[in-house]
Amino acid sequence: MPSRVSEPRRAALPDSPALADGAAEWWSAYVHVPFCARRCPYCDFAVVTPEEGAGPATRYVDAVVAEMAQTPTRSDRPGLRRPLDAVYVGGGTPSRLPATELHRLVDALRGSFGVADSAEITLEANPEDWTPSMAEALVGAGFTRVSFGAQSFEPTVLSYLGRAHTPEEAAAAVAVARHAGFESISLDLIYGSPPDTDWRDTVRRAIELQPDHVSTYALTVEGGTELFRSIAAGALAPDPDRQADAYELAGDELGAAGYVRYEVSNYAKPDHAVRYTMAVWAQAQYLAFGLGAHDHLLAGPPGAEPVGVRRRNVRRLEAYLEAVEAGRSPEAGRERIAGWQRELERLFLGIRRAAGVAAGVGGTALLASPQGRRLVEAGVLVAADDRLRVLRPLLTDAVSRAILDLPPSAASSRPELSVSPGDC
Amino acid sequence: MNDQTRIRNFSIIAHIDHGKSTLADRILEKTGAISEREMRDQVLDSMDLERERGITIKAQAVRIRHQHGGGHTYTLNLIDTPGHVDFSYEVSRSLASCEGALLVVDASQGVEAQTLANAYLAIEHGLEIIPVVNKIDLPAADPDRVSEELSTILGGSLEDVIRVSAKTGEGVVELLDAVVDRLPPPGGDPEAPLRALVFDSYYDSYRGVISYVRVVDGRLRQGEQVRFMATRLDDGADEVGVLTPAVVPVAQLGTGEVGYLITGVKEIDLIRVGDTVTLAGSSGGVEALAGYAEPKPMVFSGLFPTDGDDFERLREALDKLRLNDASLVYEAETSRALGFGFRCGFLGLLHMEIVRERLEREYDLDLVATSPSVEYRATTTSGEVLSVRSPQDLPHAAKVEKLEEPYVKVMIITPSEYIGTVMELVQAKRGEMGDMTYLTPERVELHYRVPLAEIVFDFFDQLKSRTRGYASLDYEPADYKASDLVRVDILLNGQPVDAFSAIVHKDRAHHFGRTMVKRLRDLIPRQLFDVPVQAAIGSRVIARETIKAKRKDVLAKCYGGDITRKRKLLERQKEGKRRMKMVGQVEVPQEAFVAALRIDDA
Repeated sequence: MPSRVSEPRRAALPDSPALADGAAEWWSAYVHVPFCARRCPYCDFAVVTPEEGAGPATRYVDAVVAEMAQTPTRSDRPGLRRPLDAVYVGGGTPSRLPATELHRLVDALRGSFGVADSAEITLEANPEDWTPSMAEALVGAGFTRVSFGAQSFEPTVLSYLGRAHTPEEAAAAVAVARHAGFESISLDLIYGSPPDTDWRDTVRRAIELQPDHVSTYALTVEGGTELFRSIAAGALAPDPDRQADAYELAGDELGAAGYVRYEVSNYAKPDHAVRYTMAVWAQAQYLAFGLGAHDHLLAGPPGAEPVGVRRRNVRRLEAYLEAVEAGRSPEAGRERIAGWQRELERLFLGIRRAAGVAAGVGGTALLASPQGRRLVEAGVLVAADDRLRVLRPLLTDAVSRAILDLPPSAASSRPELSVSPGDC
Repeated sequence: MNDQTRIRNFSIIAHIDHGKSTLADRILEKTGAISEREMRDQVLDSMDLERERGITIKAQAVRIRHQHGGGHTYTLNLIDTPGHVDFSYEVSRSLASCEGALLVVDASQGVEAQTLANAYLAIEHGLEIIPVVNKIDLPAADPDRVSEELSTILGGSLEDVIRVSAKTGEGVVELLDAVVDRLPPPGGDPEAPLRALVFDSYYDSYRGVISYVRVVDGRLRQGEQVRFMATRLDDGADEVGVLTPAVVPVAQLGTGEVGYLITGVKEIDLIRVGDTVTLAGSSGGVEALAGYAEPKPMVFSGLFPTDGDDFERLREALDKLRLNDASLVYEAETSRALGFGFRCGFLGLLHMEIVRERLEREYDLDLVATSPSVEYRATTTSGEVLSVRSPQDLPHAAKVEKLEEPYVKVMIITPSEYIGTVMELVQAKRGEMGDMTYLTPERVELHYRVPLAEIVFDFFDQLKSRTRGYASLDYEPADYKASDLVRVDILLNGQPVDAFSAIVHKDRAHHFGRTMVKRLRDLIPRQLFDVPVQAAIGSRVIARETIKAKRKDVLAKCYGGDITRKRKLLERQKEGKRRMKMVGQVEVPQEAFVAALRIDDA
């Protein structure tokens, strides 16, 4: 085990291939906190609002802690009995939980798996929940990173998105977090919502707050959401060309301010790329706890080619609580990804990164395929130094589809993909 | 055996929706041919498709018994006829087996062009016509006005018109009495050698080819050796029978009778509609009955399977369909854009649509049909005359001395207030004015000569919309005339797409080109690069649009480590891509071919 793995190197450029590839060896955990004050019109995550019957937070945290305790390290692969390099508490809105409950979650991870002293521990937070005392308590609990759902600095857009905070509250939250001692502060921004009239202003105001990391997400209309229904009923839909403009504008502004784009929609100052998500794109192993959470662990006998097992938890709160409280696994289903499928997965995940992905057998097959050649001719895909990179990140999914379309290469082992039915 | 004087053979001529099928149902019911309980609506329309569209495709013959008011019982053979303009060929076959026809007109709609065309056809065949006004139960019925129209057209007296409601049954018995009283019994010599006319045939997978025949002279006995004169096929009459409408085998069919004949022949080509059946061995001295013209396809279109692997299935389906539809012609065709398929000839647009629907529905095929085309005639500089059924067949403009297109004689009946509108339309469609006759002060019959290509294109829809549905149309082939025609090619990313080429009149070329490129720009999804869509005559571009390159094709979120979901999403998108056809470097969805080639809203 190289030392940089257990002690991830700081001062790395967010888009460096060494950082991107090294993330494959990181070991992290995701904890899902489903509670939200209300459901945002565009959200289709596993979320529970008070109207939907969220019970006391304590019962949920108890269950998650129990789930952690029930979980063995579960991997036969070497090297994972070491402490976690990264923890990500996402939601939902984790900041809806009292700091003491969040503290309990981190402590439970420490108790069950160990958390490295240098680990990155992220909390997703909404600005309106954020207070100096909470911020200090969270730093005390070990959190090093906070990601605020700022989304926009235009009040009309915030209200369109169903967000409860004001632009001023977002700015104040950053200052409070900084003062409390968070090492890394991130802002999420959403572009391309129909009333989005001054996106440049939003980006600039975000930059003025000097976050270490910025994520820019295009407003996406997911089936089953309130947004989907209102658009189906005739409301204005996001325009993909305007979204492309907004994407490019954000890239220019953030680039000029010293942020490096290291994934399709993530920008960071040096040293501030998010470890947990870097690990996900690097096909690394991660644990996951809580409602609707997804993990990824390797299986297979030592020495054999590993098989990726991706499991998902149930998405209904009552089902989750009952399972864990009864000492049962809350698993809803899993898929096993091996051989050629695993190689293609490595590519379609890795290709999202600015650093690209090592070509390997799959990448070589892609470059030789008609679809791959078309992507190269169109200037979307480039191959250099045995790596594949996407030159036009907004067309990444076109590359991903071409990857998933590749027939098994003769050079690879037999493909295997089995999916077990889930209950959600 | 039936007394020849107690037989009446007749058919019903009516416009679509004027109630022919309902009237036929009611006649079957009133004569006890079918009980009320058995009564399905439109018994004679056996195919589901016919039932759905409310039209009749295959002629059928039903024998019924009617007790006349005078006391005698008569055998009536009701020969069903198709009602649509595309099928006048089949109408003419049915009429040849009758002595009379009921001309049925809707009491609220009045006479339509088609009705009139078929009435003229019946008169040409020497048939006695009984005018019938139907739907007298409707609140909007105006039987007096419609009766007047009918007597103007047929030259009879107002009293000759029989008023019925096929729906309620009112007047139907009187109508059947009139059939007996006013239609002549069949002629023919019972002592002469057998001559029977094949007026229809269809293929049954159990019994082979079933022919509908009308015995003109002599008798047709079960078990005898018969000869089909045109194909010189000798075969045994395995089964002879009538439809009541149940299938009832009989020992023989006498002179003037109508029924079916099964010989065990499996190849429909051996039994030609219009052929004469006689006794094997006696044919030397027998003169064949006046046959029919071969059906002449008027409209041509390429049919291609969406999935190239289905080509053989399409061939089999067409072969099978042809067993029941002698008017369908086809030959293999290759398109650079669409792969292997068939160039098919149809009697008209409706026929084309029906065939395509049957192929898709009954044979579970997914098809792309190219723009319908007519048969042009090109004379090359070397004096050779070519028939051009597809834009691809047209030689290079420099090699064409003369290009001619088919014209049709069009008859339109319209309320007189729309005369101006109709004239404008005909002029816009390059038509030439002919005669005009007032049927009544409010209704007028107009005659024109119009290029068939214009009729095929959207003439009918335009006529209907401009006259608020009141005008009706019928047409028949006329002749060929030299025209200023050009081939417009559509280029995608600089490459001509043969499936989209069309031969159009020079004056319409720009409009056609502009419409097509606009439509394709909207139908073809954005690609990774800008795709020019051009319309060109030879090397001259007449219209151009650009499909702008796709800029965004990515979903930003990774769903908190949910890679399974991301993969499923990508897999679903990939499925969509499977239905694309690659035209050069451009991915074109099947739907784009279908939609771009739609003619109704061009």
